Amino acid sequence: MDIILAQASFVFIQALGGLASAASLFLVASGLSIIFGVTRITNFAHGAFYMLGAYVAFTLTDRFGGAFGFWGSLLLAALIVAALGALMEMALLRRIYHVPELFQLLATFGVTLMVQDLVVMAWGPDDLMGPRAPGFRGAVEILGHRVPSYDFLLMALGPAVLGLLWLLFHRTRWGVLVRAATQDRDMVAALGVNQKWLFTSVFALGIFLAALGGALQIPRTTVTHGMDLSILVEAFVVVVIGGLGSVTGAFLAAVLVSELNAFGILLLPKISLVLVFLVMAVVLVLRPWGLLGKPFTAARQAAGISVRPWQPFSPAERALAAGAILAASALPFLVGDYGLTVGSEICIFVLFAASLHFIMTVGGLDSFGHAAYFGLGAYGAAFLTVLAGLPMEAALIAGPLLALAGAALFGWFSVRLSGVYFAMLTLAFAQITWSIAFQWVEVTGGDNGMLGVWPADWAAGARGFYWLSLGVAVAGVAALRALVFSPFGYALRAARDSALRAEAIGLDRARLQWLAFIVAGTFAGLAGALQAFLKGSVFPDFLGIPVSVDGLVMVLLGGVETVSGAVAGAVVYKALAIWLMSRTDLSRLVLGSAIVAIVLLFPRGIVGFVEDARDRYLPALLRGRGRSSGRETAP
Amino acid sequence: MSALLQAEGLSKSFGGVEAVRGVSFELDAGRILAMIGPNGAGKSTCFNMLNGQITPDAGRVRLGGIDITGLGPAAVWRLGVGRTFQITATFASMKVRENVQVALLSFRRRAFSFRGFAGAACRGEADRLLALTGLADQADRPCGELAYGDLKRLELAVALANNPRLLLMDEPTAGMAARERAALMRLAAAVAREKNVAVLFTEHDMDVVFEHADAVMVLDRGERIAFGTPQEVRRDPRVRAVYLGEGFLYDARHREEKPA
Repeated sequence: MDIILAQASFVFIQALGGLASAASLFLVASGLSIIFGVTRITNFAHGAFYMLGAYVAFTLTDRFGGAFGFWGSLLLAALIVAALGALMEMALLRRIYHVPELFQLLATFGVTLMVQDLVVMAWGPDDLMGPRAPGFRGAVEILGHRVPSYDFLLMALGPAVLGLLWLLFHRTRWGVLVRAATQDRDMVAALGVNQKWLFTSVFALGIFLAALGGALQIPRTTVTHGMDLSILVEAFVVVVIGGLGSVTGAFLAAVLVSELNAFGILLLPKISLVLVFLVMAVVLVLRPWGLLGKPFTAARQAAGISVRPWQPFSPAERALAAGAILAASALPFLVGDYGLTVGSEICIFVLFAASLHFIMTVGGLDSFGHAAYFGLGAYGAAFLTVLAGLPMEAALIAGPLLALAGAALFGWFSVRLSGVYFAMLTLAFAQITWSIAFQWVEVTGGDNGMLGVWPADWAAGARGFYWLSLGVAVAGVAALRALVFSPFGYALRAARDSALRAEAIGLDRARLQWLAFIVAGTFAGLAGALQAFLKGSVFPDFLGIPVSVDGLVMVLLGGVETVSGAVAGAVVYKALAIWLMSRTDLSRLVLGSAIVAIVLLFPRGIVGFVEDARDRYLPALLRGRGRSSGRETAP
Repeated sequence: MSALLQAEGLSKSFGGVEAVRGVSFELDAGRILAMIGPNGAGKSTCFNMLNGQITPDAGRVRLGGIDITGLGPAAVWRLGVGRTFQITATFASMKVRENVQVALLSFRRRAFSFRGFAGAACRGEADRLLALTGLADQADRPCGELAYGDLKRLELAVALANNPRLLLMDEPTAGMAARERAALMRLAAAVAREKNVAVLFTEHDMDVVFEHADAVMVLDRGERIAFGTPQEVRRDPRVRAVYLGEGFLYDARHREEKPA
């Protein structure tokens, strides 16, 4: 009896802790949700602003003591950061609302990178310990357990903010406009509402909530420069479970996720990391728009719809591509071993980016979890060499089959969704795969990875391996390119361009996209298998979010409206990242600035920019008549 | 011999709105039937039930004697139903010819083929359809830069790609200039009669309707209020009431009483 009572009280205390954590998560997620609802921007920098909120609050509370100083500092910190957010919206995002949606994600990702280095520059690399909240320093004893009194404040704060937001959205003119814009922003614009300021103010409110969420954390936890990404992923999960654009949904989901985190570690330690993503996957499969979300009307064209039809290479372009491949294969005569290792890695990521590009542009599906198939291919190859003792050649062919199987399983569920929900479900599946690799230590070695994945003798040297990687990358990209122009590629693109018309000519959209997902996953797996042999080892990192994000950045840099832009994007991004890493301590700041600059200068990606220039000037030069490229120029 | 298309008691409501209520009709091969009615009469809903985009709440659709109720658009298309949309739906990232080629590839069950260059597939057949619809000289233009009238023609070319037995055309000439309208409908009618295709179309332009339709069906508030030859329908008092008003509410006298 006593044991049951003790357990019941323990469960109760855990639940209280979960509720307290839910408050900050709710603030961050509701901000993200509001911003997405109105501006359709997937704000990757949201976590960065949350972190900035905590850092600024730390500095301010350090300076202004006393109860008034403390609480005033938290509020002031959130206001300052909200002003910074509004500034970013005006200076950066306003210029790129007309380009394909994911470019805004790329721009905010660039800002995230910059903030990471800026924070280290301003506040140093060490974790910071904030002051306790005046009046809430102690703990309350409940059922024999001590619960910090500050937790009770947070528990009350969540519903209070929810109530205030409800009043704001239902009782003010501004709030009505925000809700209207969430439902149909084109209609709101047509009614003469100044969209610019509506967007900016919504953005500022969203960032304010994120920064307040961060500031409120300082009495509870240390302030670190890794807190941006951890909260970001959780906030995305919350927003998606709750339903995009729904504040109440975000509240429910924040409580759900926090409680899952609080209990998962106790009840199901084996799958604690994956529990939240499992729940998200289940919610999305059962309720594709989240708990309280509604399906969005597609306000804008899907990314990738271009007036310029895709065409196979002309003879001149073919010669150019052949020349580039020839030049690349001559690299071993020009650079040393280090250069060749870098070159091999670039080749591998060219193939990875090309496979993501295929599903994103031809399939019209933005996968945020493509690393899953890269990693599965790598683990597949590692299992075969380390556990089964197969040679490299066999592992390179059979390893990607694990990626194929994973893509077949996850893709079957994912292609039933579209847009951001598709992106989030793919992210969830990638995280699930990651946690399996991380927590199933007996098979995968967990965090220690699998070592001893050595290539065959002929490929053991830097030269041999470089040629192998180049050969596989060229063959893979060529195969993907051929697929784009095959009947399957056309049918897939047809389903992307107009689902309505595609159905009316007998095309099965879900099956086409499922097959495309499997194809893309398999090629990513091939890249992953190569990476395993390049590194000689495999780690859970191969499956991590940063790898997926790298792939996205490469595709977007290259240009989503092109057939093979990912190749250029991968070369530029990977070379830039590796080179910067070796040159400067502030690689993230420089890389982030470079990404932001590229987004502003080449909003259609590098290859898209080249094609624009070619279509605008080349015909006039060659044929002496100006053939209009038929596209509007950006205002 | 039974009719090619038989609709029996089709009904559909959205929330509390009964968009279509118990509509029945038949259509023989090679005949052209116009479906007319004011905005909101349920014409498009009817269309969407016929090609499987919407499942009816009640009623049956039979094509050549086979029950196709509840089949999806792709399956209905396989049975020989071509369709054009009120708001054109085409593949913007492709050339004009490629739009038709995709439809032809799908018809020949090659949509899942990994091999070959789709831009070279079924070229002759695609060009024949484009020539038929008067788009021969536009075949290599990007679909995204076509004028609206030409997009409507392209829709017709795509809809003909599966050698349909039944052609559903939802406002085929909306948004076109008067002369183009007449030409497009003449073309559709000629194709239909030559190949023995049944055509069901909705239209607001009465000149087009009365020039081509063998029969006219009138819908109002989801119900069929008239069905017959164009002459019969023209004389029908209920049709006149729907289109011109019954004069119960306002007439010339009201002009004097309340100046605008």
